[in-house]
Amino acid sequence: MCLAIPARIIELEGDRAVVDAMGNRFRAKTTLLPKAKLGDLVLVHAGFAISMVDEEEAKKTWQLISEINEFMDTPNRISG
Amino acid sequence: MLDKIKKSQDILASTCEALGRQINIMEVCGTHTVSIFRSGIRSTLPEGLRLLSGPGCPVCVTDQSYIDIVLQLADRDDCIIATYGDMIRVPGKNGSLETKQTKANTKVVLSSEDALQLAKDNPGKNVVFVAVGFETTAPATAVVVKEAAVESIDNFTILSGHKLVVPAMKALLSGKNHNIDAFLCPGHVSAIIGSGAFVPIVEDFKRPCVVAGFEPLQIIEALAEICRQLSAGIAELKSLYGAVVTGQGNIVAQNIIDECFEPADGYWRGLGKIEKSTLKLKESFSRFDAFKRFNIAEIPGEETSGCRCGEVLCGLIEPPDCSLFGKNCTPLKPIGPCMVSSEGACAAWFKYGGQERN
Ligand code: SF4
Repeated sequence: MCLAIPARIIELEGDRAVVDAMGNRFRAKTTLLPKAKLGDLVLVHAGFAISMVDEEEAKKTWQLISEINEFMDTPNRISG
Repeated sequence: MLDKIKKSQDILASTCEALGRQINIMEVCGTHTVSIFRSGIRSTLPEGLRLLSGPGCPVCVTDQSYIDIVLQLADRDDCIIATYGDMIRVPGKNGSLETKQTKANTKVVLSSEDALQLAKDNPGKNVVFVAVGFETTAPATAVVVKEAAVESIDNFTILSGHKLVVPAMKALLSGKNHNIDAFLCPGHVSAIIGSGAFVPIVEDFKRPCVVAGFEPLQIIEALAEICRQLSAGIAELKSLYGAVVTGQGNIVAQNIIDECFEPADGYWRGLGKIEKSTLKLKESFSRFDAFKRFNIAEIPGEETSGCRCGEVLCGLIEPPDCSLFGKNCTPLKPIGPCMVSSEGACAAWFKYGGQERN
């Protein structure tokens, strides 16, 4: 399953972003969320930012993700 | 926090007692399924309340014929199959992508972008993207189809198995399972389609719909909200996931889906053919349609013999009711997709819930 992951946009060029989630950095696109800016927290699903997310929600989700220990082994899942 | 849990649990208990009958709440999201099992929520529920895992795991709802088509394409020397990781272990008639001798042709990708990149990197091959998932992944597919069109990446196609959640919920209520009292609605799908998309379920079918995120406390609160409505005899739409979901959803994503796809009748595992429930590429993008490129007709697939995934997905049985569960069928040697995907109900039961049967 891929919990869509909250991540902070730390680089942004056009719609290509580098995001950071709990110290993990990866690429994501903001094509579906054109209003996203550098520094914003977004929810990333299958390589695309799909919505904005607030700080509190992001923290809760990170906590949840870190509890799901299998998560890091299987980042390539999609979910409903 | 403990207060909130206690309060919610009291509502659940008093509702069950007042209604005096079994209450069935269905979650339509694989991530909810996992969160519910992991957190042990099920064991805290009153006896009369049953949680059913519905058609919310994208891999699980994919029809068998689609799986077999992917496997056939994987046999072709001129093709590279680009797929999300969950799909590679789903068994078809002859093995799975993982066990196939042709597995060199299969590449696991993390996003649709990576699939398109594979096509750019391998101009001599046809790269077929196994495009499965609900409204959460469909826009990501649409983005790269548009990119492929702009950049004329003609060795790229997608095999669209994308599905729409609301038609499946309607199909369940209109035929397969009338016993669903309410829905715990998916958080991330709702981020795209908006909580407003569930209005027809509330208005036409009079079933409470509550959107929730994946935090156990929020799930319990959503269940309590559903019970509050059930005991009041009303059906309303509520979202507890305001941090992510709006009423309208992500309009940019919806528009891009509409630009590339149109709803078509299509097959689901367990639910059969559902009207306007799948996404098919529009004529203007048909050159990226793998069904057309390779001249494939989609026909309903036969389910693997003995596997009852179809009934599991409709909430008609629980995984342990399948005679293969935990014996012939385990996550290491899965027979059906509900045991393959970690989001599948069978896998979740096997891992977390076997002893919790109520
Ligand atoms: S236990 Fe295995 S065979 Fe039975 S329904 Fe689940 S996936 Fe299918």
